[in-house]
Amino acid sequence: MTIRLASIIVGLALTAVLVLWSLAPGLLNFALPEDPPYYAYQEENIQPAGGFVFEGPLGTWDEQQLQRGYQVYKEVCSACHSLKYVAFRNLEQLGYNEAEVRAEAANWNVPGIDPLTGEATTRPATPTDYFPSPYPNDVAARAANNNAIPPDLSLMTKARKDGTHYVYSLLLGYNEPDPEDVAKSPDFETPAGLYFNEYFYNINIAMPPQLYPDLITYSDGTEATPEQMAEDVTAFLTWTAEPSLVERKQTGWFVIGFLFFATILAFLSYKQVWAGLKPKKT
Amino acid sequence: MSFAWAKQYEPKSAFTKWVDEKLPVPRLVYNAVGAGYPVPRNLNYMWNFGVLAGFCLVLQIVTGVVLAMHYAANTEVAFGTVEHIMRNVNYGWMMRYAHANGASFFFIVIYLHIFRGLFYSSYKAPREMIWLLGVVIFLLLMATAFMGYVLPWGQMSFWGAKVITGLFGAIPFIGEPLQIWLVGGYAPDNAALNRFFSLHFLLPFVTAGVVILHIWALHIPGSSNPTGVEVKKESDTVPFHPYYTAKDGFGLGIFLILFTFMVFFLPNTLGHPDNYVEANPLSTPALIVPEWYFYPFYAILRAFTGDLTIPFTGIVLIEAKLLGVIAMFGSILVWFFLPWLDKSPVRSGHYRPLFNKFFWLGLMPCMGALFYLGGAKPEEPYIVLSQIFTAYYFLHFLVILPIISQIEVPKPLPFSITEAVLGSDDKPGSSTGGGTHPKPKDAVKDLPGRDPDGSLQPAE
Amino acid sequence: MASTGASDTATTAQADRAHGDDTQDGVRRRDWIHIAALSTAGVGAASVLFPLVSQMAPSADVLAASTTDVDISALQPGQSVKAEFRKQPLFVTRLTDATMAEASEIDVSSLRDPQSFEDRTQETDRSVLVQLGVCTHLGCVPLGAAEGENKGEFNGYFCPCHGSHYDAIGRIRKGPAPTNLAVPDFEFVSESVIRVG
Repeated sequence: MTIRLASIIVGLALTAVLVLWSLAPGLLNFALPEDPPYYAYQEENIQPAGGFVFEGPLGTWDEQQLQRGYQVYKEVCSACHSLKYVAFRNLEQLGYNEAEVRAEAANWNVPGIDPLTGEATTRPATPTDYFPSPYPNDVAARAANNNAIPPDLSLMTKARKDGTHYVYSLLLGYNEPDPEDVAKSPDFETPAGLYFNEYFYNINIAMPPQLYPDLITYSDGTEATPEQMAEDVTAFLTWTAEPSLVERKQTGWFVIGFLFFATILAFLSYKQVWAGLKPKKT
Repeated sequence: MSFAWAKQYEPKSAFTKWVDEKLPVPRLVYNAVGAGYPVPRNLNYMWNFGVLAGFCLVLQIVTGVVLAMHYAANTEVAFGTVEHIMRNVNYGWMMRYAHANGASFFFIVIYLHIFRGLFYSSYKAPREMIWLLGVVIFLLLMATAFMGYVLPWGQMSFWGAKVITGLFGAIPFIGEPLQIWLVGGYAPDNAALNRFFSLHFLLPFVTAGVVILHIWALHIPGSSNPTGVEVKKESDTVPFHPYYTAKDGFGLGIFLILFTFMVFFLPNTLGHPDNYVEANPLSTPALIVPEWYFYPFYAILRAFTGDLTIPFTGIVLIEAKLLGVIAMFGSILVWFFLPWLDKSPVRSGHYRPLFNKFFWLGLMPCMGALFYLGGAKPEEPYIVLSQIFTAYYFLHFLVILPIISQIEVPKPLPFSITEAVLGSDDKPGSSTGGGTHPKPKDAVKDLPGRDPDGSLQPAE
Repeated sequence: MASTGASDTATTAQADRAHGDDTQDGVRRRDWIHIAALSTAGVGAASVLFPLVSQMAPSADVLAASTTDVDISALQPGQSVKAEFRKQPLFVTRLTDATMAEASEIDVSSLRDPQSFEDRTQETDRSVLVQLGVCTHLGCVPLGAAEGENKGEFNGYFCPCHGSHYDAIGRIRKGPAPTNLAVPDFEFVSESVIRVG
């Protein structure tokens, strides 16, 4: 009895503290958050018509697309963005053979040591090397980019909400601000050195727009429209973030199929064991 | 313990006889989860989650030991070693996704297990010790899960560690030195990561030990059941094996289908994208949230926004931050007192009309709301809502439960489990087997506490 | 306490129902489903073992690093370089004409591990000897590759751990080691570069 009495007292006291000192002042000053005073970013991402080929439970990589995406990364993104968790040997998964990977790696320079003097130098990369960073360190990256470090892209599509669509939207999101929305948010401006991008949560992004028609010449002859390049490089970055994506889904079908079979057997076995024990309720 | 009619282990071969004499582990298993453990025959699927929780613990230990073979607890490389596991180690991605989603599924199973205990009052005498040990296991799991989330050293790892260890800073006088001692520095760094890894590896084995005590305590009174009526005779029970091993096998199959679906098709859905960004002590994510399974407790923590002051004097008695910490820990600590707060002699919620109403219309929506509010942005109306539901949470356990258990008139209980299953039963002493002729209802349904054989005791 | 209500004439119906007096066919069908379910569970458990075992095998980055290129352009006759191959020492030696002649003279059948000079070098350039610097006894690194090291009784390599003596082209001549120093697979990428592995 004592413990229940004590409990009721403690419960009422705690509730009183909560209601009188936290809830009541909160209710007195209750104010729903005002409409964002600043230009609101676009939370709904866009995606290419028909979506990406690797999406959905049956999606697979399109090697041609990944190779094109790699070309976009190499010729555009890699000027500022590193890809530090991806090694050149991983490119074999894009459909290149060993010799092609070795040749491709040799096109890149990675930090090395002069074998005779021991001084820091660069050497052509080998397949076991990882993609080099364009900057020797963060300070250099900051200095070269208006105080904003270009993030590593290895995991970008997993490091943002709805990442694959987000990257695609961001690359194509350098639109003109909507005049109506601008009128609603008087503080809105795009400072010098930043660029308006409605999919970026801060609205103004340090990365300039990158993709212009025919910026690169695809080796397979595909027309290099901004949408095409954005789709290809997004596919490539989805691959860098999760190289096991397709293997994972294919394994999943097999595992779940097996489990369905096993569970049905387990259910029959369970019913068999209990048969006869449970007559119907009379 | 066992019921008088429990089957006895009989070694058949000379070898098993020899083992049984020297170290009777087969006998132990036989009596614990074999044919030697009589279990009420009317358990529903809510009774599957104990075995599933045990499976989850094994799953987490196996995948965890594998991951520890490739992980390095150093802030310079920890994030990279996790990526190494994902990219280079054979089936590393499978192990890591199984471990990460395994934690979530462990909590789903545990919450359903606790739900079962709350609704069917499994905490009541004679099963208080099982319940108390269960709460201890839950606390151990929370600590283990929290420290495990820190190990990848992503942004959420770091800021989660910082915020949660910061809670200890709320304790008066010793708070700040305690916080610095806990993380071994002024902010989480190598020292913290290493000790979290060490403890994350140790605690699951401690948990396994407490689980053994939990099961041991269970075998003293035997399993409860959906009617809450205690076992009276042999026809009330079936041997655990093969009846419940078969049922648990089926339950495990369903569990594994759901689990592998998440692992192979939606492995990052329950996680947070920010944890794929390496920890940066100089930049806070826009919204720091714990893993989903901590949301209710996080909502309670954040509900206390005002300092406890003496009105009109400005003297602060307890700071809001400390109130939140007290409430958050208190929200689990109240569970320790549950067996003594709810004194109703009837166990099952099915036979308690008033309890039933408050459970389904009060506690369940309240928990659902707290789950949602813990992950919401700290702005109105979420703050006021989390305050209302936090208040209800404590009122439910500390005020409503003691009062309704006092004033409630329970529905008539079935005389026995056999009657509940078969619709009729013979009184003890009758010579015929169970369930051939129905009895008049009023002849068998006694009010609780009045059972002449004393098998239905009040919970005190 | 719960057993106090138990009747001492507890029904045996349950046991009857569990074991049943089914026909022979019924028993067989029942057994079949249990055997199938248990076997499937067994197959499932066994297939879970595969990734658990496989994860301990060398990971992709380790396997990818299993070839090594060595530049031998600066190597003078009689000189050796130590390189690293699969995290193990690799001895690359440019043999002198005298050594080659001497190594060819020995009666191969008298050796513990009979290997001719031709067996241990490649036709492209017989003077290049590539071998793992790992004693075949218990894995120590034999001395003799560098200037001034103990070359053993056969003017080749000497393992200080347990006293194995190898000749100038790495054949075991005395001591506990069972076989010659291992010659890994390698190819000449060019005249001056070999690729091991």
